[in-house]
Amino acid sequence: MSQTTTNTSSHAMSLRDLVQKPWIWAYLAAAAAFGATMIISGGQGAGSLFYAALTFAAFSAIVGVGQMFVITLGPGNVDLSIPASMTLAATLALKFMDSNPSLIVPGLLVAIGVGIGCGLFNFALILLLRIPPIIATLSSSFLFQSLAIWSNRGIRVKPPEPLADFTTGGVFFLPNVALVAIFIAIVAWVVLERAIVGRWVLSIGQNLRAAQLSGVPVNLVRFGVYVTSAVLAGITGFLLANFSGGANLNMGTEYMLMSIAVVVIGGSSIAGGNSNVPGIWGAALFMFLIVSMLNSYGLGAGVRLILTGLIIVTVVAFASKKGYAA
Amino acid sequence: MTREHLRILLPVLSLAILLAAVFYLQPRAMSYFGLNLLFNLAIPVALATIAQMMIIMVNDIDLSIGTFVSFCACVTATLVQDTPVLGYAVLLAAVLVYAGIGAVIHLRGLPAIVVTLGTSFVWGGLAILVLPSPGGASPEWLQSLMKSKPPLVPMAIIAATLIGVLTHLLIKRSSIGVVLQGVGGNERALERAGWSIVQLKALAYGLAGLFGVLAGMALVGLTTSADANIALRYTLLSIAGVILGGGEFTGGRVSPIGAVLGALTLTLAASFLSFLRLSPDWQIGAQGAILILVLAIRLLVTRREAN
Repeated sequence: MSQTTTNTSSHAMSLRDLVQKPWIWAYLAAAAAFGATMIISGGQGAGSLFYAALTFAAFSAIVGVGQMFVITLGPGNVDLSIPASMTLAATLALKFMDSNPSLIVPGLLVAIGVGIGCGLFNFALILLLRIPPIIATLSSSFLFQSLAIWSNRGIRVKPPEPLADFTTGGVFFLPNVALVAIFIAIVAWVVLERAIVGRWVLSIGQNLRAAQLSGVPVNLVRFGVYVTSAVLAGITGFLLANFSGGANLNMGTEYMLMSIAVVVIGGSSIAGGNSNVPGIWGAALFMFLIVSMLNSYGLGAGVRLILTGLIIVTVVAFASKKGYAA
Repeated sequence: MTREHLRILLPVLSLAILLAAVFYLQPRAMSYFGLNLLFNLAIPVALATIAQMMIIMVNDIDLSIGTFVSFCACVTATLVQDTPVLGYAVLLAAVLVYAGIGAVIHLRGLPAIVVTLGTSFVWGGLAILVLPSPGGASPEWLQSLMKSKPPLVPMAIIAATLIGVLTHLLIKRSSIGVVLQGVGGNERALERAGWSIVQLKALAYGLAGLFGVLAGMALVGLTTSADANIALRYTLLSIAGVILGGGEFTGGRVSPIGAVLGALTLTLAASFLSFLRLSPDWQIGAQGAILILVLAIRLLVTRREAN
């Protein structure tokens, strides 16, 4: 960790440092996928592809940040309720706003509130009932999903006009949702690398017992992490629903795998205790660009899925060092 | 031994209570036909849960079992039906690939969660290639087996009992089963004792693949057709079933009979609501609630045991 924070030496040195960063591979892979798409299109549409990549990567990046904090806590810590929290927050927030532009801020607060509620519920199961986090978040996701189905009733509420414009719009070459996601990533980076809380999260992931003995408020930190993950899922659900013109019950489905994939491909350890934020953005871009690359090669959905899977496994096989298992 | 018994007591009780509640609400369910209807769809879930149990037994977790069962169902409904030799060869190859995945995970020290997450894309893609749109047909023998009506006891109950007892004998009573549990318990000790962990992990994954194939075939036998997304929910259901049945994520502590009971309980939980005349919106939620409830009771029981 220390070499990532102090880096003021010569140019050659910084290049070597850069290569040693665990997250660099995600960016290289994303760039390769971008390049391969451009070869097919002959350089056409580079700008719009970049714009689309930033937009869709933004959603993966926000849930990825939440999942990263959870995974950092150590083996067995995964939040499987992210898709359900996203769907529930989006459904309730859109229903609350009812396409009314004056309720945008309260609507966002509803989404965040739902996120806090989901996180509290998850952590209550983990702490009070001592259910392993995977099972706790899994069973609560069943409940959240049912709540969303029940409150949605198949009605598709349109997002308020200004909010739909905001989530689909952008400033210069940057989509607004990407700006939000970059801001969240920067905050997360500061918390993880510069704040005492981040050190606590890492220390719990490295050695729970040692962290406890050295006075880290373990349960408070875990509480904060699970609530953060659910809140970020709520915000993502809110943005995604407004972006795509309404909440729907399957909107979160792909983000269960996605949130885990971007953390691990981004170079964070699945065993916890060693995470980085920049990699999440790199991996999120990569996950979008790989699909659009396979699309531009004219491959069908089946082949595309197979290649996506093989690439994930290959990247993980190469990026991981032997010696840890989950 | 009493600990083992205690471990199995809770899943038995939770299923019994749920079943009693269903019978109380709808006495007509207490019949040959009613029981078959209640538990018919539990057979593929139970097989998938056993597959997941094999993986959890060696301290890993399989996020691809749902797409794998879907893939096997698609192969059964198309290739096995049209060109049986090729179809069975593909299913056999799928089992071997599963074993291979287990070996690679161990050899390279990879996190199983992420690898199976990647392979879940692969199985999903293969399923779409095999069967691009919902359809296919069930092989004749499979359909007549799954829908057969043996005297006295419904097929669903016989199948569930068979699956439970056979895997119990395999895992708890055979020497290789005990060694496999040991992989989850203390891998290093087994390695020192001269066992090859790579082979054992490959065996556990291969068994998971085998039960995944059986789950896919059973599913097609019941539904008589397939589609690429037919069993996606099995991934989460199977994990929940293993834990509900008294299994734990670490230490190789699993119970095959418990896992089958867990799968039956989860299936019953979903249909329980219709007996309460509650909206089907809450079906998934009921499974979650029952899972939480049983785990809460388990906590109380184990705490008392510790005192």
